[in-house]
Amino acid sequence: MSSTTTDTSSNAMPDDGVVRAADGTPLKKRLARALRREKLRSLMLIAPLLIFIVLTFIAPIADMLFRSVENNIVEDTIPLTVEALADWDPASDELPGEPVFAALHADLLIAVEERIHTRLGSRLNYESSGMSGLFRKTGRRVKRMDEGDYTAQFIEADEDWGDLETWRVIKRFSPPYTPGYFLNAVDAEQTSEGLQLKPENERIYLTLFNRTIVMSLAITVSCLLLGFPIAYLLAHLPLRTSNMLMILVLLPFWTSLLVRTSAWKVLLQQQGVINDFLVWIGLIDDTNRLVMINNQTGTIIAMTHILLPFMILPLFSVMKTIAPYYVRAAKSLGANDWTAFWRVYFPQTIPGIGAGAILVFILSIGYYITPELVGGTSGIFISNRIAYHISSSLNWGLAAALGTILLGLVLLLFYVYDKIVGIDNVKLG
Amino acid sequence: MAALPPYSSTAQITWYYAFRIICGLIFFFLIFPIMVIVPLSFNAENFFTFTPKMLALDPAGYSFKHYQDFFTNPDWQQALWNSVTIAPVATLLATGFGTLAAIGLSQSHVPFKSAIMAILISPMIVPLIISAAGMYFFYSRIGLQGTYWGVVMAHAALGTPFVIITVTATLVGFDRSLTRASASLGADPVRTFFKVQMPLIIPGVVSGALFAFITSFDEVVVVLFLGSASQKTLPWQMFTGLREQISPTILAVATLMVAISIVLLTALELLRRRSERLRGLSPG
Repeated sequence: MSSTTTDTSSNAMPDDGVVRAADGTPLKKRLARALRREKLRSLMLIAPLLIFIVLTFIAPIADMLFRSVENNIVEDTIPLTVEALADWDPASDELPGEPVFAALHADLLIAVEERIHTRLGSRLNYESSGMSGLFRKTGRRVKRMDEGDYTAQFIEADEDWGDLETWRVIKRFSPPYTPGYFLNAVDAEQTSEGLQLKPENERIYLTLFNRTIVMSLAITVSCLLLGFPIAYLLAHLPLRTSNMLMILVLLPFWTSLLVRTSAWKVLLQQQGVINDFLVWIGLIDDTNRLVMINNQTGTIIAMTHILLPFMILPLFSVMKTIAPYYVRAAKSLGANDWTAFWRVYFPQTIPGIGAGAILVFILSIGYYITPELVGGTSGIFISNRIAYHISSSLNWGLAAALGTILLGLVLLLFYVYDKIVGIDNVKLG
Repeated sequence: MAALPPYSSTAQITWYYAFRIICGLIFFFLIFPIMVIVPLSFNAENFFTFTPKMLALDPAGYSFKHYQDFFTNPDWQQALWNSVTIAPVATLLATGFGTLAAIGLSQSHVPFKSAIMAILISPMIVPLIISAAGMYFFYSRIGLQGTYWGVVMAHAALGTPFVIITVTATLVGFDRSLTRASASLGADPVRTFFKVQMPLIIPGVVSGALFAFITSFDEVVVVLFLGSASQKTLPWQMFTGLREQISPTILAVATLMVAISIVLLTALELLRRRSERLRGLSPG
């Protein structure tokens, strides 16, 4: 076709089989340009929020991930020592040579002047206890040291400087990045014999992660047990009645978390409403009131109540779509009520169960407020420990490492959730 | 779950009623803790439980003194003031950015759509304690920690996913030919947006705004870390109250907050119905 070019009169369009727009540009090009413009327009609409979220939310999360491995403090505080230590072999049985001690003296003089040596001490104290005291004590002595033979003077100031272990710790934590916080977060430590788990009675974080997961599972299961009948009832009642009853589910959902937590505090206390009632009807004695708060029971009860709507709502929306014919068909084929339910109806609710269970589980492993208020010491979660390290012990690196592990866990679960339900199918209210 | 057919066996009848009783108990579990604080907030004593006078319905057992405390105590008043100055601004930011982004996301050709969606939804997924930790570290680096705008921006970020989800949901049922018709009649995109698109998606925008508002108004973890004493909000004050010096004023505040939730819930329900009616999904 392109070979038989016809001679058209004015502004001749080459007839090469290309479809063209009115102004002569190929339609394909025009369409591509329109598409590009449309893409650009949608991106322009999204851009403000995207920038906002990246700055206010993603950057902080990235900062936290970075903090969990960052370890500039040793290199910043005692740079000469770190350099001098580079040649020293931590596996050897000899103390570092005199140049290292001289470098340490020079570094500490500056550090003491700037009063940053105690910060380094407390940083290294996370890895090996006693370091904080060592640096503080040496800091007081370092100005009075004479020139020459620093080794002896340091060991005289604190005999720990003569201990190989001290130098091994400093050497191990001198690089700018460290796996130390992560190792701490899973109760492992790097000793001279390599990676090791801490002694069984010191494994606080593994215990806490374990407890968080077990309790979240317990909460998920109890939400499922309580939520399934309610969702079933709501999905099978006439619309008007179910709308009315739905309010009973949505009201707790909309009520402030702190209101619900304080309500449970009121109910579960030893001098609280439930105990008073039980004493009044004579079920328990006034002297041995039930302990239902500041322990795991309290956390599980209160959190089941708080998270129950998150189980009911997805279950309800799935059950709503299950056609009634299958159960009827099963019954007409001779199945009894139980078989029809268990073999025909129940399998169709699995997507709802999966969605609700993952949602409740994700929400509960990251919970902080309720365990903090009703959990006592035995019912707290890993989040409470993170909060403790941020605001009380000030070990931010460890808090960041614990947070990173928790975040990884949640994102993994969310990935599964996305595969089952799809991120766009999240429904509210 | 329709009425029982007349040929039901005894076992079926028993189960029918047993099931309803079980459900009744679960509903009781859901609603009782919220309802119980309402009468307790009128307690004349400083107790967290029913006094004999209250049970005897003696008027002397009831009083407004905890409400009075709430409205006169400077701590609570400051907290209330902080809450009502932080939440609306955060809501405004979240709704403005969120609505624009939702409209952008609902266009037919969006590059990297799922990646963008994942980033925008992430504040809802990441556990609050982690968001709080990250924001605390980062905002203290850039000097926003302990400031009003730091808290407002953090709350706005936490509220946007809700706006995106609700507005996107209304846009799913949006008829594209309406904007084309408007354009063909000579309206420019801005006019089309305000005259055609906006009135139709407004229920989604408002319910998203309500979600964003309640997120900020109820939020305690992030403000606990990010705020300083001068940003102490109501939930924060309740949190310290519950942890340290338990005062029954908390119950009065809780009752007022339940009342707010009921108002919000009603507003949302009305909006949902209106939206469904507009989109012809239900007879109304």
